[in-house]
Amino acid sequence: MELREVLASAALLSGVLLAVVAGVGLLRFPDLFSRMHAATKPATLGLLLVVVGGVLLADDAGDAAKLVLVAAFQFLTAPVASHMIGRAGYRAGTGDLEGLVVDELDEAPPPQG
Amino acid sequence: MTTVALVCYAGLALAAAACLLRLVLGPTVPDRIVALDTLLYVVVLGIAVAAATSGDGSFLGVLVAAALLAFVGTTTVARFVERRGGE
Repeated sequence: MELREVLASAALLSGVLLAVVAGVGLLRFPDLFSRMHAATKPATLGLLLVVVGGVLLADDAGDAAKLVLVAAFQFLTAPVASHMIGRAGYRAGTGDLEGLVVDELDEAPPPQG
Repeated sequence: MTTVALVCYAGLALAAAACLLRLVLGPTVPDRIVALDTLLYVVVLGIAVAAATSGDGSFLGVLVAAALLAFVGTTTVARFVERRGGE
């Protein structure tokens, strides 16, 4: 294998490893917020590593551009989605609220509509 | 490259099984949202690995759509849960 393929394989395998770790975390962590912590690994770094692997192996510039587009969208949308789930979990009373160190949502105004 | 692809698929299958188990076990709706979101990212990773290792870019459009759908779905259900409660 040439160097490009070795680097790409390492990136792909590390990205997939993060997905496995997230699966284990989802099963073993005790409450919503710690499970979210595990679930963000493949959604950001895992996807980025797989995209890097794909770009390294891509023969076509258009394919590489689509992969980069996915990573860019992902980095824009992942924080928003996590914020929404976290707030929904907080307001729905799920998750370990006793373990919070800082609770800024306690002072926030109630949800609109 | 085929070996790498096979190892990747095996790992992703493990991760997907774990996500499905959490999806079934719950216990609350936000837990299920997180599990479903992660499951969709496992699918996205699978498509990306397939495209990268086979050199065939025809499914990359699906990849863009799936990644954006994960965001739209998660946000929608999270808004729903915020209003109706998570049980």
